[in-house]
Amino acid sequence: MIVDARGLTCPLPVIQTKAAVEGLEKSEKISVLVDNETAVQNLLRFAAQRNFQASGSKKGEKEFEVVIDAIVSDEPIETKDEEISCGTDLRDGKLVVVLSSDKMGTGDETLGTNLMKAFVFALTKQDKLPANIVLYNSGANLSCEGSPVLDDLKLLESEGVEIVTCGTCLDFYGIKEKLAVGSVTNMYEIVRIQEEAGVIIRP
Amino acid sequence: MADPDLMVGFDSNDDAAVYRIDENTALIQTVDIFPPVVDDAYTYGQIAAANALSDVYAMGGTPKLALNICCLPENLPDSTIREILRGGIDKVKEAGAVIAGGHTIQDHELKYGLSVTGFIKPSEVLTNNGVQPGDCLVLTKPIGTGILTTAAKVDLLSQESYECLVRSMAALNKDAAEIMGHWDVHACTDVTGFGLAGHTKEMVAGSGQTAVIDCRSVPVLPDAEAFASEGIIPAGAYRNRSYIEAFVKTQDVPLAKEDLMFDPQTSGGLLIALPAKDAANLTKAMGDQGIDAAVIGEILPFKEAEVIIK
Repeated sequence: MIVDARGLTCPLPVIQTKAAVEGLEKSEKISVLVDNETAVQNLLRFAAQRNFQASGSKKGEKEFEVVIDAIVSDEPIETKDEEISCGTDLRDGKLVVVLSSDKMGTGDETLGTNLMKAFVFALTKQDKLPANIVLYNSGANLSCEGSPVLDDLKLLESEGVEIVTCGTCLDFYGIKEKLAVGSVTNMYEIVRIQEEAGVIIRP
Repeated sequence: MADPDLMVGFDSNDDAAVYRIDENTALIQTVDIFPPVVDDAYTYGQIAAANALSDVYAMGGTPKLALNICCLPENLPDSTIREILRGGIDKVKEAGAVIAGGHTIQDHELKYGLSVTGFIKPSEVLTNNGVQPGDCLVLTKPIGTGILTTAAKVDLLSQESYECLVRSMAALNKDAAEIMGHWDVHACTDVTGFGLAGHTKEMVAGSGQTAVIDCRSVPVLPDAEAFASEGIIPAGAYRNRSYIEAFVKTQDVPLAKEDLMFDPQTSGGLLIALPAKDAANLTKAMGDQGIDAAVIGEILPFKEAEVIIK
């Protein structure tokens, strides 16, 4: 099949080719004729995204041909989603740390307490600090007076990390008055912060 | 002969010209026009004005006076012209400046923009080339406007993505500039036609430094990356790539991300270099004002290329 997209500017050659590919009933080589380099590059990207083999060649002063080996299969088209997952929208890359327990890992309690202490200390030494630290369930103890990581959390807060503790949890454990760093939050905020995260760390 | 009071001129590839009037006042002068990037006339006017005003903000200054520049096709309805100008007036007003006149010529293709005059204290002028090793780079708007306006030309955008795009392009860099003024900023520019990679390259050119951009930290407008991987990329992105490819080294960056780095921006954000210790606080202060700022990279002593994207 030949798609003549000469005289068309970006993004129309891709749009026409896409329509042609989607109308195919069986696998076929499609030859797309275009008159500019941009269209060649864009068609090669279009083909790569659908895992089709493709090659472009220059035929004349302002004449290029892109041959695309379009595969029609019953399987859903497998697209390379690594590119999409690498980053997405406005909220790309926000690092969020969730502390859902005052201990790190399951096993010996003293070890768990020490590990958590070391974890929060190590956080303060990272080049990229988290945007938020969210504390809930027994994690709520960590932001209250008497917590072994209180100083490190205060340091993180002073460096711009937003620290929030679940209000329901503070109430449940009866430690609301002891909150010593950050602010109190609710479940909507806890959901929102995690939704907006690029990466969530849950030790 | 060079005028000693011309503080920033032709030779520095900066955002605007700066001329010292006396020790307390320097004048910033810039001009920017372009063809429509969206269908709606009022929105186009707003975007063109936000884009023209941005050059003054990028120098650290305050815009005061603007002149309209219109290139109008003969058959363009009066109502469309009025809407474009109304968009421009509203943005200039929002910036705290006034439109004092302008100039119109006939042209076969519509173009609109403004010449903007601003003021600044000479000692506070922010050029685009003062980066120092150890600085962090902060970007104050997401990228992807070139790719998305290309997709929008043929109605490929969802309503939601389109609104994000338009809101971002029409947003003034005023608040970002104001907040930036509270910090010890070493260099600033705004990201426009040369794309993020191109403007970053200009920032480090001749400084003996390398800018390292972490592509995963760069805020991207919704759907821009998906369109990039489908091959909906404007010619300008390929032009930018071929101009500056020799100065840019990429390390394991997916092609669509790379294309975004070269995507020409309309009314993009400020690109700010400041000491690393202040970067997180600056982005937080901006975030509190609803600005989508992010730390996107750092400045290191020169290594391999002017810009490394990883």
